[in-house]
Formats: sequence, structure tokens, C-alpha cells
Amino acid sequence: MFELIIFEIVGILNTSSRYFHWKLGLYAILFVLVVVLPFYIAYFTVSNIKLVAQFRVVLTLASWLVFLYFFWKTGDQFPILSPKHGVLSIEQCIGRIGVIGVTLMAVLSGFGAVNYPYTSMAYFLRTVSDADIQMLERRLMQTMDMIVMKKKRIALAEKEMRQRATMNRSQGGGIWGMVKSLTSSGSNENLNQLKQDALAHEELSRQLFLESVDLHNEQATINIVFDRVGKVDPVTRGIEIAVNYLGIQFDDAIFCYQVRFWSQHISFWLIGIMIITSIRGLLITLTKFFYAIASSKSSNVIVLCLAEIMGMYFVSSVLLIRMNMPPEYRSIITEVLGDLQFNFYHRWFDVIFLISALSSIGFLYIAHKQAPEKSGIY
Amino acid sequence: MAAIDKVRVLIVGDSGVGKTSLAHLICYNEPIANPYWTIGCSVQTKLHEYKAGTPSEKPFFVELWDIGGWSAHRNSRSIFYNPTHGIILVHDLTNRKSQQNLHKWLAEILNRDESSAGNEYDPEQFVGTSIPMLVIGTKMNLAQAAPELSRRRSSTIAEECAADEINLDCTQAKHLAPGTSNAVKMSRFFDKVIERKYYSRESSQPSTPVSMERRRQAGAGHFTKFLHMS
Repeated sequence: MFELIIFEIVGILNTSSRYFHWKLGLYAILFVLVVVLPFYIAYFTVSNIKLVAQFRVVLTLASWLVFLYFFWKTGDQFPILSPKHGVLSIEQCIGRIGVIGVTLMAVLSGFGAVNYPYTSMAYFLRTVSDADIQMLERRLMQTMDMIVMKKKRIALAEKEMRQRATMNRSQGGGIWGMVKSLTSSGSNENLNQLKQDALAHEELSRQLFLESVDLHNEQATINIVFDRVGKVDPVTRGIEIAVNYLGIQFDDAIFCYQVRFWSQHISFWLIGIMIITSIRGLLITLTKFFYAIASSKSSNVIVLCLAEIMGMYFVSSVLLIRMNMPPEYRSIITEVLGDLQFNFYHRWFDVIFLISALSSIGFLYIAHKQAPEKSGIY
Repeated sequence: MAAIDKVRVLIVGDSGVGKTSLAHLICYNEPIANPYWTIGCSVQTKLHEYKAGTPSEKPFFVELWDIGGWSAHRNSRSIFYNPTHGIILVHDLTNRKSQQNLHKWLAEILNRDESSAGNEYDPEQFVGTSIPMLVIGTKMNLAQAAPELSRRRSSTIAEECAADEINLDCTQAKHLAPGTSNAVKMSRFFDKVIERKYYSRESSQPSTPVSMERRRQAGAGHFTKFLHMS
């Protein structure tokens, strides 16, 4: 679909065939997004639940209908209907997908916009030295030694209890037996205490291990981060500024032929670069997310969820691209996507973007307040 | 407790093959209730009777260090590898790749002092190593569909390192019940580890007698053979 935008600007194909391809691509994407993907997601999720293996197909259909119902319901809340269209038209679907996608994009971009400078600043300020890593590793090994010691005591205590139990049985009851059972219950509580301690130490060892993994990675990539920060951020910022500037300019400036000619190419290149960087950023984030939460059971579901999210992202980015394009190119998109209330989307995107940026600032601030306690360890 | 000596055995293998279930089964003789991914390392201890049933029977603590198999944690895992007296290599019988990756695991453990730049696999370096090893294949119940296949392609890493091999199912306690051939192999392995650490030093020969004898036997026609699982 982005190729279609590019073709539109450059004017390669015939107008009507362009229109046809737009429609085709749009229908295909919609079909995949609304029908196929949720169906698969529901199927795999239901398969994961062990109890109801027989009723898989029925449950899948049921949950798919539930999904459609919620899909419709969310659409009713927003002013995206216009009285001309019927109930089952394409514009309805696009409208809803657009809403969800725009929300998602805004949340992600808000979070990304705040998080990225924060982490790069964190890398700048906090240099990791070998001595820090070694100290952390020593703490980790000390914790592991304590765990081992506790487990040995547990094993010994359990062995003793078993021996005492067999001795009790062989000696029979009586007062002596009762006294012995009292002492064994005392050691039983001791055993539980030991087990609790061992669990707590294990939790601590896991945390320390994860911290040492983080430190190792930080040490290895600190220079790469320097380079990347230099290259990526100013480029995207520059592009955004340039596009806005050009957009404003074309609305009210006096055109001469050369300007019009250049404007086509410049906007083409700028939009291309914007698309590429946003896709790249999204793919990187998704890859990291995927590695972090993959497991053998749920990897199918995760892949499908990601595909759905990406589909919505693309559709809504087409909507939003329209905002950045000069007016003569907006016509084809407006025509294809139907009579949607585009301004609503723009406002909605800005609102959600602000909300997510502010909330991520809040979260990071809270997290940062806890960080100085940790950085005192290093 | 201070009077009982200890040895350290590493349990390594790819993520999800069943190392934690195996350690739990060895130590408590019952299957683990709800296994979860191991982050870092989890240690279980077993009180093992060295030379059980003989007059020189002596209890030892065997520490089973079950190392999480995530490749993301590769750099940080190396602190757990030193010192080690025995290695249990675990692979999944339903996943051929996990068996091939055992070579990389072994290389990672044995080369922990050198840089990890070279990934070439050199079989020579494993022959000279004297750390006792045991190869265990898990999820045998899921691999029942092709029992002949799994028996025919007996693991090459066990042959190269002259290690014993066990195939079992970690969800059933009877596979390691006392008296089964699996339990016999396991306790023989632990005895070898203890012997290697505490008793081979007392012998006058410079190189460890265990590994040299193994090499001779392996070269002379494989009669120390992999008692296959029934």
C-alpha cells in the first residue's frame, strides 16, 4: 500500500488502475485482519487450555463472534459514522481498525519518544566498570553458596526425620513416643523455616543474575549506542520538522512551476524515509519483545498477535500519512477510504500520544527514584 | 554437616529439555509439580552414598547445579562453571538439534578460560578431558512413536566422550526408582565423580587412570557400550 502512495505522488500508473489497486489491497488487508488472524489467535489460545480439548472448533467460533461484537461496540463510541453508509460497509471496518491502530501507534510512539532519550541518557551517565561486574558476581556466588548450604541442611533434617519416624514405629507408643513426636514437630517447623529461607535466597539469586546479564550487555554495547543515537534521532526529528514546514508552506505560498516540481520529489523522499524509519523502529521493538516473552507453548499466539498489531499499524499509518501529505495527494486516499472523519483521527492520535507520553514520563520518574538506591550498590 | 564432603555436578542443555525436572527427580524421587524456566541457576542437593552396600560406604553431598539454557544469558553463565567435578548433558529425544547443541555446551564449559571467539568443534579436545560425563535423553514418552530410530542414532557425543547414556521420562518416578538400570548408571556416575575428586588424587599415577582406561576401552571395540534403555 505504501507503494501505492509512492505511485500516486510520482504519477506512474493510470488513475483508474491506481484506484483499483488501492481497493484491492485494502480489501485484502481488511479481510486478513478482521477474519483470519483473530480466528487463528482464538484457535491457538483455546488449544492451550488443557481442559476443553474436544470443543476446540466450537469455542473458537464463539470467541471469534465475541471478538467481532467488541469490535463493533468500540466503533459505536466514536464519531466515525456518517449517516450515508449502511451497517456492513467497508468504511465501518476501516473506521474501527483505524481507531484501534491509531491508539496503538500513539501509545507506542508516546512511550518510545520518552523512553529513548531516557535510556540513552542513562547509558551516557552510567559507565560500567569491570570492578562493578565482579562485585555483583561475587554477591551472586555468595547467595548461591547460602542456598546450597540451606538445601544441605534441609536434606539432612529430612533424612533425620525419616530415620526418627522409622525408629518411632519400631519402638511403639507410650510417653517416650509422645516426647519424641513433640521434638520432631519442632524440627518440622525448623525445616519449614529453612525452606522459606531457601526460596527467598533463590529469588534473590535470580535478580542478581538478571542484573549481571544487564551489566554485561551494557558494557558490550555502550559504544554502539553512542553511534546510533547520533544517527537516528536527528534524522527523524529533521524529517518531521521538514515535512511540517513544507506542508504549511504549500498551503498558502505562491507556486511557481519549479517549486511544484521539487515539492513532488521532496515529499516523496521524505515520506519514504519516514515510513522506513518507523517500520524499522517498530520491527526492532517487536523483535525484542518477542524474544523476551517467547516460550514453546505460546509462541504461535504471540506471532499471530504481532501480525495483527502490525497490520493495524500499517492501516492506521496510511491514515496518518494523509495528514502529512500536501492536499493534492490527499484526494485519492480520501476517495478510496471512504468518507471517514479524518480530523477526528488526527485529534485522537494527538490526545492519545500526549496521554501515553505523560504516563510514561510518570512511570520512568518513579522507576528512576528507585534506581539511585540500586546504583549505590555499584 | 561440615563433616560431609561435597562434589559439584553441572546439568547443562538447551532451554526446555527438562533439566530442572531431571534435577528434581534425582533429588526427591518424584516428578516436579509445575516447572518454570530457570533464570540463572538453581541448585539441588542430594545425599549420595558412595559405594553403597559395601563396608566403605560413605555419604557425600552431590550438588546439582542446573543452569538455565537461555542463549541471551551466555556471557553471565560462566561464573557458575568453575569449579566443576562432573557434567550431565541433557538433550530432548524429540528434538535432534538439542543433541547437536550439546557439543557447543561442552565447548562453552571447557573453554571458559579462553575467549569464546572460535565456535569450531574440535573432537580432540574432549578426549583428553577427565571430567566424568553423563548424557541423558528426556521426554522419552513423547519419542515413543519411533523407538527404533532413536535407538539407531545413538548419540555421537556419548561415544566421543566415552560417557554413559540414559534415556528417560522426567515425569515418571519409576524411571529412576532404586534398582532400575537407570538408577544404577546414575549412582555409578556419581561414584565416578566422587572418586575422581577425592580418591584419584591419592593414587601415584600422574594422569587420571579413569579417562585413560576409558579411552582404551572405547578404542578397542566399544564393549563399554551404551546399555540401551529397555
